[in-house]
Amino acid sequence: MALLALVFLYPLALVVQQSFRPDAGGTSVQPYADVLASSAFREALWTTVWLAVAATAGCLVLGFVLALVIAFVPFPGAKAVARFIDVFLSFPSFLITLALLFVYGTVGMANGAWTDLTGAEQGPFQFLTTPWGVLLAEITYFTPFVMRPLLAAFSQLDTGQLEAAGSLGARAPRIVRQIVLPEALPALAAGGSLVLVLCLNEFGIVLFTGAKGVTTLPTLVYGKAILESDYPGACVVAVVNVLISVGLYGLYRVVSRRAGA
Amino acid sequence: MWALFLVLFLPLFALPLLVVLGASFATHWSGVLPSGLTTAHYEAATRGEALEALTTSLVTATTASLLALATGTWAALAAAALKQRHRKALDALFVLPLAVPSVVVGLATLVAFSQPPMLLNGTRWIVIVAHSVLVTAFAHQSVSAALARLDPAYEQAAASLGASPAYVLWRVKLPLLLPSLTAAAGLCFALSMGELSATMMLYPPDWTPLPVLIYAATDRGALFTGSAVAVVLMTATLLVLLAVSRIRTRASYR
Repeated sequence: MALLALVFLYPLALVVQQSFRPDAGGTSVQPYADVLASSAFREALWTTVWLAVAATAGCLVLGFVLALVIAFVPFPGAKAVARFIDVFLSFPSFLITLALLFVYGTVGMANGAWTDLTGAEQGPFQFLTTPWGVLLAEITYFTPFVMRPLLAAFSQLDTGQLEAAGSLGARAPRIVRQIVLPEALPALAAGGSLVLVLCLNEFGIVLFTGAKGVTTLPTLVYGKAILESDYPGACVVAVVNVLISVGLYGLYRVVSRRAGA
Repeated sequence: MWALFLVLFLPLFALPLLVVLGASFATHWSGVLPSGLTTAHYEAATRGEALEALTTSLVTATTASLLALATGTWAALAAAALKQRHRKALDALFVLPLAVPSVVVGLATLVAFSQPPMLLNGTRWIVIVAHSVLVTAFAHQSVSAALARLDPAYEQAAASLGASPAYVLWRVKLPLLLPSLTAAAGLCFALSMGELSATMMLYPPDWTPLPVLIYAATDRGALFTGSAVAVVLMTATLLVLLAVSRIRTRASYR
């Protein structure tokens, strides 16, 4: 308890304290005014939020479809897939970006195939260093986080209900909409808010993309602290980032408790 | 449905891993498949700087997991003995590192340990401390979940037979918790092996873990060397997870 306070809370408190101390000395809200007024910060905030929201939406849709298939369509190797997801989750996120560099990068697979086929100078896939590349990587990496609670929820679903609906003539889309979706809603909410928090805090993916145009709050913290040695500024961004993600995480805890997960 | 699944699942999840694996053996990749097969990257990835980084990562991850496991278990056990309200507060405190971005944890650790009374900046301990803080939350969460599922009849029976609380903890509770403890250890280890964001803020030049090395390699354009190091990282993580899960199956048979 005291240990955690020492190594975690005390440093956090120092960050808050430092965010009120401009380099000039004294205590003031000057760093806040400077940072909040800067266009770099506003852009980073906006990029972070829309990337996180878009990635969460993508993960929810994709995760729902995939979990549906794994849970309800019998096929060999469903267990292996579930294990594979566990393994996938234990790998660091930047591996995905590294892989995408080979797939869609300027000299990667997709562009290579295109130039081989058409003889063009350059391939059509140049989106990797734009926010879209980050979005793709985030959706890829975080979808399993949605699938896990969904699979748990689906395994508790009474298959008798589905069979009854099927025998009464309901088609698959209708069964999904009227029976599966309501059951899955709590798990979707829990998984979705977790992914939202994780996306807001994602650092490795954005860093590895190497995109100069894509700055999110975590990379802004890193840039300000390490590259510019502007500690008060970095601390201000950090405080804002913490407020957003802790608020959302609190929401996640409430939602997931209601979901019984 | 099947086809849709294959179309979505394989390119998205299996392909990235295969691509990294393929690239680690290649010298260039400008067509559909990598070309110029070589194992030279692995020779580079298993000696010198990279080997040092591997040891660094392994030592950091092991120390951090053990520390986190000890603190997390201890806190979970202590919390179980507390009143409802205090327990909730303690739980909330311990999951907080999950919600705080790890870059900020890195920044906070950097700010706190660069000034007296605790001057750790530039030593390996600052990295280990940050990793421990980050993974303690996960250890605490899984241990306290397991603790909640534990049947209180066992400890009550032991206590009624005259066993002291310490004896009950050591001979009854901990053995029953062993499977979830090893699971938590594996999780912590994997997380710490792949941790990049806090490490980037903190690492001293003589203590570079593997993820930082991978980033440095890709940043200067050495993508193929980077992926060889990444494969080494994945293999090391998997081997340790496998070993941990073997301990777990042995423990659950007892």
